[in-house]
Amino acid sequence: MDFRSSIPAAPVLSLYRRLLKESRSFPPYNYRTYALRRVRDAFRENRSVEDPKALEQLLNKACDSLAIIQRQVSIRKMYETQQTVVEPEPKNL
Amino acid sequence: LEMVVRENPGRSAVSEILRPACLAPTTMPRSKSLKSPLFPILMLEQCCLFLPLQDPRVLDTMLPYQVNYYGNPHSRTHAYGWESEAAMEKARKQVADLIGADPREIVFTSGATESNNMSIKQLDETIRPDTSLVSVMTVNNEIGVKQPIKEIGHICRSKNLFFHTDAAQAIGKIPINVSDLKVDLMSISGHKIYGPKGVGALYVRRRPRVRIEPLQSGGGQERGLRSGTVPTPLAVGLGAACELAQQEMEYDHARVSVLANRLVQKIMSEVPDVVMNGDPEQRYPGCINLSFAYVEGESLLMALKDVALSSGSACTSASLEPSYVLRAIGADEDLAHSSIRFGIGRFTTEEEVDYTAEKCIQQVRRLREMSPLWEMVQEGVDLKSIKWTQH
Repeated sequence: MDFRSSIPAAPVLSLYRRLLKESRSFPPYNYRTYALRRVRDAFRENRSVEDPKALEQLLNKACDSLAIIQRQVSIRKMYETQQTVVEPEPKNL
Repeated sequence: LEMVVRENPGRSAVSEILRPACLAPTTMPRSKSLKSPLFPILMLEQCCLFLPLQDPRVLDTMLPYQVNYYGNPHSRTHAYGWESEAAMEKARKQVADLIGADPREIVFTSGATESNNMSIKQLDETIRPDTSLVSVMTVNNEIGVKQPIKEIGHICRSKNLFFHTDAAQAIGKIPINVSDLKVDLMSISGHKIYGPKGVGALYVRRRPRVRIEPLQSGGGQERGLRSGTVPTPLAVGLGAACELAQQEMEYDHARVSVLANRLVQKIMSEVPDVVMNGDPEQRYPGCINLSFAYVEGESLLMALKDVALSSGSACTSASLEPSYVLRAIGADEDLAHSSIRFGIGRFTTEEEVDYTAEKCIQQVRRLREMSPLWEMVQEGVDLKSIKWTQH
């Protein structure tokens, strides 16, 4: 995180952690892996953005993404998901 | 929603809801054992017609229109209609932006098939007396080859011919601009770009005007070109999918190229006599068609039951004839029979690629061990010199 930027690192990191945490709970394998990967890559790509307006826009987008992920995770939990062959064995419920 | 069972008797009604047994049932029969059967991974996402995943962000935009906003987008007289119409027009603009068109040039249809039929059926004779139409697929769905659309468009313009392209496989994967390509009609499919099934669009050029006759008549919706109420949730889903496709195109393309290379390199380095069908340069990387010599395609597919693959394409999967595409590019008859198509897309993971490569290598080796043709080849026999006798 660039410490010269106007937005402090802590809220950004907390948002990042929340996004990852939420993404980890996607039941379907492909969505879970995509969400984790996309979030990490997006944050990595924008690591050195300094312009405060751009940063704010990105953070808003991240917040929206968090809401989308939360909603979609809830919906997927309501419906049965099939385990695919590349996933590790599921724990017994 | 946490899967927690509470002991408190006063809240037993709530705990019932939270228990996993109340998951919404699917149409799949429940297995008797505690563990549900493992499902095959999806290696068909890009190219195939029956298994692409819907992006969760697309579903997110569609749900409000399935749950709440039920207005008919063609009703002009009340707020429900207005909000539905606004959503539909926003979706129209999203589709138009992806291909560099004007929103007025987009007609919502039930899918690329309908769009294709509309384009080809009949063009108004009075506008151009000597009409004829050229119709080309932008990216082939079996071998992933990109057609030289720009060059074809240029030729059509110079000869005053209409040019239609089915861009279902290309949209969102390679940049498309209808003016650049000089395309007059373009078919778009929703579920090929991680959107919903049952919706598509047809791009109809306005300048110079392209007139087509509608396939279905009725209430005059979509400027009379396609009557029938536009399914707002599906149109919204298509629009969202198009917008996402534009945003993610670069990222997806880079990733898919890396994964595709990985798959091909892995397989080709371990197994000899593998041919990649289609032009190595002019192609979309996510659609790989490999022919494994001396191995029958269908047997390999059956052997790779852990991976949802196909030989040929889904639209011809019911027939056992070798792919017409492969025959057209001059592939040997026996190689055409042993081709497998791998599709890599936005949601494909490295694990899936590695798993598929390993399984493929394993099974090809096993099938070749059993093949008398392979044995002969190992001994140095030239198969083409064999005179097969009848018994």
